[in-house]
Amino acid sequence: MNWPHIFAVYGKELRDMLRDRRTLISMIVVPTLIMPGLLALVATISVKVTQDAAAAIPNVALIGGADSPRLVAALRAHGKVSMVAAGDGWRERIAAKTLRAAVEIPPDFDRAVERGEPATVRIYNYVGELRSGAAVGELQRFFRAYGDTIVMARLAARGLPPTAIVPFDVKPENVAPPAKVGGNIVGGLIPYLFLMLAFVGAMYPAMDLAAGEKERGTMETILCSPVARIDLVLGKFLTILTASLGTVACSLVAMGLTLAIGGPLLAQKIAGGSGAAARRSAEQITALTTIDPLGLVGVLGLVVPMAVLFSAGLFTLSLFAKSFKEAQTYTSPLIIVILLPAIIGLLPGVELNARLALVPILNVSLAGKELVSGAWPWGYLALIFGSSCAYAAIAVALAVRTFGRESVLFRA
Amino acid sequence: MIEARHLTKTFRDRKRGEIRAVDDVSFRVDPGQIYGLLGANGAGKTTALRLLATLLQPTAGGATVAGFDIARDPHEVRRRVGFLAASTALYGRLTARETLRYFGRLNSLTDATIAARTQRLADELGMHEFLDRRCDTFSTGMKQKTSIARTLIHDPAVMIFDEPTLGLDIMAARTIVRFVRECRDRGKTVIYSTHIMSEVEKLCDRIGIIHGGRLLAEGTLAGLRSRFGQQDLEEIFVTAVGAPPLLAP
Repeated sequence: MNWPHIFAVYGKELRDMLRDRRTLISMIVVPTLIMPGLLALVATISVKVTQDAAAAIPNVALIGGADSPRLVAALRAHGKVSMVAAGDGWRERIAAKTLRAAVEIPPDFDRAVERGEPATVRIYNYVGELRSGAAVGELQRFFRAYGDTIVMARLAARGLPPTAIVPFDVKPENVAPPAKVGGNIVGGLIPYLFLMLAFVGAMYPAMDLAAGEKERGTMETILCSPVARIDLVLGKFLTILTASLGTVACSLVAMGLTLAIGGPLLAQKIAGGSGAAARRSAEQITALTTIDPLGLVGVLGLVVPMAVLFSAGLFTLSLFAKSFKEAQTYTSPLIIVILLPAIIGLLPGVELNARLALVPILNVSLAGKELVSGAWPWGYLALIFGSSCAYAAIAVALAVRTFGRESVLFRA
Repeated sequence: MIEARHLTKTFRDRKRGEIRAVDDVSFRVDPGQIYGLLGANGAGKTTALRLLATLLQPTAGGATVAGFDIARDPHEVRRRVGFLAASTALYGRLTARETLRYFGRLNSLTDATIAARTQRLADELGMHEFLDRRCDTFSTGMKQKTSIARTLIHDPAVMIFDEPTLGLDIMAARTIVRFVRECRDRGKTVIYSTHIMSEVEKLCDRIGIIHGGRLLAEGTLAGLRSRFGQQDLEEIFVTAVGAPPLLAP
């Protein structure tokens, strides 16, 4: 290996790449502007939709209840739901979202309660519809409170204290700092994003430096200069790796700023609303936007060998193509190959073990979840890092070997 | 000096089987001489020159270029060769000066040497006005001059030209032809492939007629005229490769 040659190739390719508008878009504009922008947009929309759903008073149809004036009066006085007469076709109106739910009160409900007989109130809803779900939640809270009032009255009538049926309270208290809570919630998402960005960042330069060079006719120019092919490959590979890691770094900085500035702003805005629900939402946003920085460094450490693997793999694949367009045909489907294991890593219940630690991409996705939530399983981390480095080394060796093949470089 | 000995290159094609692109070709080119490799499209010229420039490995036979074996010392060969072809393009996003610096560094020249040679080549070729402009903004003539400067930055002893005037207008082609002559005058060993008869007549000291990968005839222009009993090079070429079948009346 001739390092001055490798650096000469690297320096030239880097300069060439940074002068290419398309590379700049994929490496800098997309991760720094579009990704955080999308993130902020999705967060704002989802918070707004949730807030609107919580703030809106849902229309609920009342079925029966003519002989139970006490319950009906309590329901109408509740204020968090708007009771309307059911009429015909209430089911269709729930499906059409003009009604969010319906409550069916059984005959003689008030008297049954007085006599201590069992009675069942039915709540009809549209499963999967956010506002219908919110209405059901509100109705369940109402009936639980209504039931508690009746129980308390019965206990009082018998001279018994409330502790007769609720001997003690159970109250969960969070001791995890916000960073760990955030890590648990978005832990799977961070390595997934980094892996995607490392791949997308390497994709365009890899195609440009292999197939693009063939297409433009500069491959033959460079091959007839006295530079060893291994030096050429390493120079080009380092350029692709720089683009890949550069994309991740740009995105990290941009998303960090978005979370650091946007998160508290969003939380403040939500907390400005009234009630405990707003405070809960604000706490959740604060937790989501606070991530353990050491965990992030750990995830980045695992993404580096993956970026090496992506860079060398994409370069090798692009070498087989005669044109940029052909290279796109080969490399684009690989996004699915990257997506699948990363998504599997996001699924609940899929835990890191020795076997999965050897599966590229999935291993980083799973380990990322642990790292961001503050757990450092050193044994698995060593296994993941070691195996990733081995895969990366194989990919680089394959790139060097492929670059030496006449049938690939001079494909007719 | 270039000396090819039974140089052979075969390719495998899924449909056509084994193709002998260069078949047992031997010739010699001395310093201060231009050797013209004359052949139709697909005759094997490009493959033969790519073998000499060590872009491809020979299947059999061999060659020495500037005293180095193309199979054993490809790196040393490339240090002594300047290769210019219609297919050797420039990096569009680099300036002419950056291009020369890049190829100078790949030839292990110091930055001071590169700067001095860039200045001299820019003087000789009249490149000063576009030396710091990006190559993708160049006219064809500017591109040709930059390509020529790129092949000369390491002052090679051997020059290989593969159809360098292909697709050029007459003025750009004349620049190339003048440059090839200057290479010979400076004592460089020059090999020049083309299918344009007039270029061969104007430039070449010796001519090799290649067809189907085989070198069918070789000699000076006078020698070929005497051997084939024809004055016109085109007639000599057609006689050497065998006249194409006439259309049925």
